[in-house]
Amino acid sequence: MTKISETEVKRLAALSRIGLSDAEVTKLAGELDQIVGFVEKLQTVDVSTAEPTSQVTGLKDVWREDEVKPSAISQGELLKNAPDTKDGFIKVRRVL
Amino acid sequence: MNLEQPINELAEAVRGGKVTAESLVQQSLESIKQLDSYHAVLEVNDVALGRAKQIDADVKAGKDPGRLAGVPFIAKDNFLTLSTHTTAASNILKPFRAPYQATVINKLEAEGAVLVAKANLDAFGHGTSTENSDFGPTKNAWDDSRVPGGSSGGPATAVALNLASFAIGTDTGGSNRQPSALSGVVGFKPTYGLVSRYGVVAMASSFDTIGPITRRVADTALVLDVIAGRDPMDATTIERAKSSYAEAGLVKGAKLALVKELYDRAAPEIQKPIHEAVVKLKAAGHTVDEVSLPILNELALACYYILVPAEISSNLERYDGIKYGLSAPEAKNLSETYDLSRDQGFGAEAKRRILIGTYVLSSGYYDAYYKQAQKVRTLIIQEFGKLFEKYDALVGLTAPTVAFKLGSHTDPLSLYLEDIMTVPASLAGLPAISLPVGLADGLPIGLQLIAKQSDESALLNIAAAVEELVSFNIKPEVRA
Repeated sequence: MTKISETEVKRLAALSRIGLSDAEVTKLAGELDQIVGFVEKLQTVDVSTAEPTSQVTGLKDVWREDEVKPSAISQGELLKNAPDTKDGFIKVRRVL
Repeated sequence: MNLEQPINELAEAVRGGKVTAESLVQQSLESIKQLDSYHAVLEVNDVALGRAKQIDADVKAGKDPGRLAGVPFIAKDNFLTLSTHTTAASNILKPFRAPYQATVINKLEAEGAVLVAKANLDAFGHGTSTENSDFGPTKNAWDDSRVPGGSSGGPATAVALNLASFAIGTDTGGSNRQPSALSGVVGFKPTYGLVSRYGVVAMASSFDTIGPITRRVADTALVLDVIAGRDPMDATTIERAKSSYAEAGLVKGAKLALVKELYDRAAPEIQKPIHEAVVKLKAAGHTVDEVSLPILNELALACYYILVPAEISSNLERYDGIKYGLSAPEAKNLSETYDLSRDQGFGAEAKRRILIGTYVLSSGYYDAYYKQAQKVRTLIIQEFGKLFEKYDALVGLTAPTVAFKLGSHTDPLSLYLEDIMTVPASLAGLPAISLPVGLADGLPIGLQLIAKQSDESALLNIAAAVEELVSFNIKPEVRA
């Protein structure tokens, strides 16, 4: 059964903000369907005794003093990579 | 002296004034130029010779440049470095110049190592062949019609071709180990958290680790000694071993387990060197039991290919065409800036992984895929835990095949399957190493060793024992 239709690819692309072409949508639908078909076999595993793992070393609550430290990098250097800036800010295109 | 020699010998020679850092770096830069057709390197570090000269001047002035004095190394291009671009081999980061440098690069430079170049990879580390690089694939050092493995294909080829003394790479699901196996060099992944990831382009944050690719286990131990340990800039880092990883002697009477799922799907000629190594280990007084962990079969791979794309989809949100990197000039509004920049900047594999990740995290599918995989991850950790109550290390293959032809794997899933023997250690955050132990059809095969968390000393000891017993010393015939 097809899990990932072209409509589903378009929904996922919209959620992840990638403007795919129609050709890409068609190709990806087939590929993603194959991948999801493969990973789906995980649902056969009995996990009733298992808690979810999100961190593997058991490290928790790593604290440091809440101190203000001067940055070694200037604002100008940090902004150098931005495509467009104005008065020390990053400039974006209009929202609406 | 040549770059193939042990790193400690090179550094000692530089420290003692017997050889200059400049001559080592010059050698490295010439090889890079001469063997450019393999496309291991994306960018040469223009300041490398200057740094080498400074190291030589320091030696003359009676200063000690450190344990890696004058040793040329290559960094995978997902480490932030100040004197080159940092692209992660992706179009979206093509224009990017890092404003700060990775902790690991700083630590290596503080001990006198000299960054000579940045190496190619599958874009963002997504792949097992380096064919997903947005700048074209790297070629295998043993046969330039074949892939070097991935994602650290550039670093592995660089070491196999002696372009530098060692390379530094990242290993999320096998990215140092698998290309090292396919390229006949030593690839290492430490315990999750042992090496700082500050200044490294994130792929899957609960998996990403950093380790060297070298020509011998002793070199791996020496580089690990320099880079391991807590970093205030990376809160996920853990304490390192108190003693040196490089000074541990050869282990006697190790208890090992040969894991069926880590070799049985490979063709007999690929399994052969592993079984031969096991015979030698037994003859040398180590015990090797045969064990089976069925969950490590395709289930572990399925688990990995749910969790990792989920984390990728989240980590790759930051590439928005606004703060840095590629920004589509034709975008008319903010929405188009996102849509067009991400469409143009991400390659096919990054898109696949972002979309799969978004799928398994989206409402309605989260429990069935993502949460289920997190629970299976727990079961895998528990299964490994039971084995490590009895064994010092696990033995298997690193990869199910030898290096395959460029362009031979056309569907994405067939490339994912190349990861099947490396992802188990990644799911459980375990240290693992691949070392060359033989050839099939003239192409190298890697033996993989896996140890329990923070047991790098035992892992490297046993690896050194295997290295000595097998004494693999065949070199690729390189065509300039």
